[in-house]
Amino acid sequence: MTKKEVIVREEILGTNKKVAAEIREKLGSAGVLTVNLLSSPGSGKTTLLERIVEALRPDHPLAVIEGDIETERDADRIRRKGVPAWQITTGGACHLEAKMVGKLIPEVPSGTEFLFIENVGNLVCPASYDLGENLRCVLLSAPEGDDKPKKYPKAFAGADCLIITKSDLFPYLPFDQEKAEEEALEINPRLRVFITSALKGKGVAELVEYLIERRAELVGSKRHA
Amino acid sequence: MHELSIVTSLFEVLEEKARENKAAKVVGVKLKLGKLAGVVPELLRTAFDTYKQGTIAAEATLEIEEVPLKLRCRKCGAVIERDEFVLVCPSCGSTELEILEGMDLLLDKLDLEI
Repeated sequence: MTKKEVIVREEILGTNKKVAAEIREKLGSAGVLTVNLLSSPGSGKTTLLERIVEALRPDHPLAVIEGDIETERDADRIRRKGVPAWQITTGGACHLEAKMVGKLIPEVPSGTEFLFIENVGNLVCPASYDLGENLRCVLLSAPEGDDKPKKYPKAFAGADCLIITKSDLFPYLPFDQEKAEEEALEINPRLRVFITSALKGKGVAELVEYLIERRAELVGSKRHA
Repeated sequence: MHELSIVTSLFEVLEEKARENKAAKVVGVKLKLGKLAGVVPELLRTAFDTYKQGTIAAEATLEIEEVPLKLRCRKCGAVIERDEFVLVCPSCGSTELEILEGMDLLLDKLDLEI
C-alpha cells in the first residue's frame, strides 16, 4: 500500500460552468438572449414575466423555462399566454443547474429571440449556479424589505440588473427604495436598476427596451465574431 | 442549503481522480472554500460525512481552508482582500474590479492509498 498526494485544484462546480458555457454559445449563436431570473419565493417573478411576455409578443418570439420544487403551475400560466414553456420540477432541490436547462435547449424553437429561465424561488443557492444566461436579473419586492442586498450579497453581486417589484405597495410599506438601491449598488456598482409594478404595468416598458437592446448587442457581437 | 448538491459534484471529481490514479482508497480531501462562495463549512462537513458512507472515500478526513475575497483593480492595479462584498476599489474608486479568488469552491488536493 503506497500513499500518494494528488494536487487537483479543480473547481467543484467546474462541470456546471462548462455545461453553462456550452448553452451560452449554442443559444447565443442562434440569436437567443437568455435571461436568468433570480429572487425569493413570492417576489413576483412569474407575474412580471407575464407582463414581459405581453410586451414582447408577437414581434419578438420567446420561450420560458420555469423552475420550481413542485407543480406545473407557473409553466401553465405562461402557456396560457401562447408562449412555449417548460417546467422543471426539482423535487426538493433549491436551485436549477445548467444540466437541467441543457436538456431543454433542443426544444427551443428556431427563431426564438428570448429565453427566460425563472429560477427556483431562493435568494441563496441559485446565485452559485451559472445556467448559461447572458443576463442575470435579481428581483427584490418591496414587502421583502430594503435590507436584503447586504444580507444576500452573492445574489446581487452576480447580477446584471436589479428589478425592484411591487412598487405599487411603496405607499403602504416602510420600504426605502433609495436605501435598497444604494445597498445593492455598493455591492455591485454595475447593476442596472428598474422599478416595476407588474400589477400596474409600471417600469415594464423600460425593462423590455433594455432586454431588446441587450439582444441587439448579443446578435451584433456574434455577427462580428 | 445546496451543500448536498455541492458534495455530489465534489464526489464526481473525486471519484474520477481516484480512478485515474488507480487508488484503493481516498484518505484525505482538502478543499479551498471562498468566503463568498455561498457555502457553509459546517453544513458542507455534515453533507460530506453523510455522503462518503460506502464510497471510496468512506474513511477520508476533510480539511477546509477558507479563502477571503481577493480582487484586483483594473484601473490602478491594487490588490484588495476583504470579507464582504463591496465591488469598489478603495484606492481609486474604480468599479472595474476583477475577482481573483474567494467566490468558488476548489478541490485542492487528495490523499490516496494505492
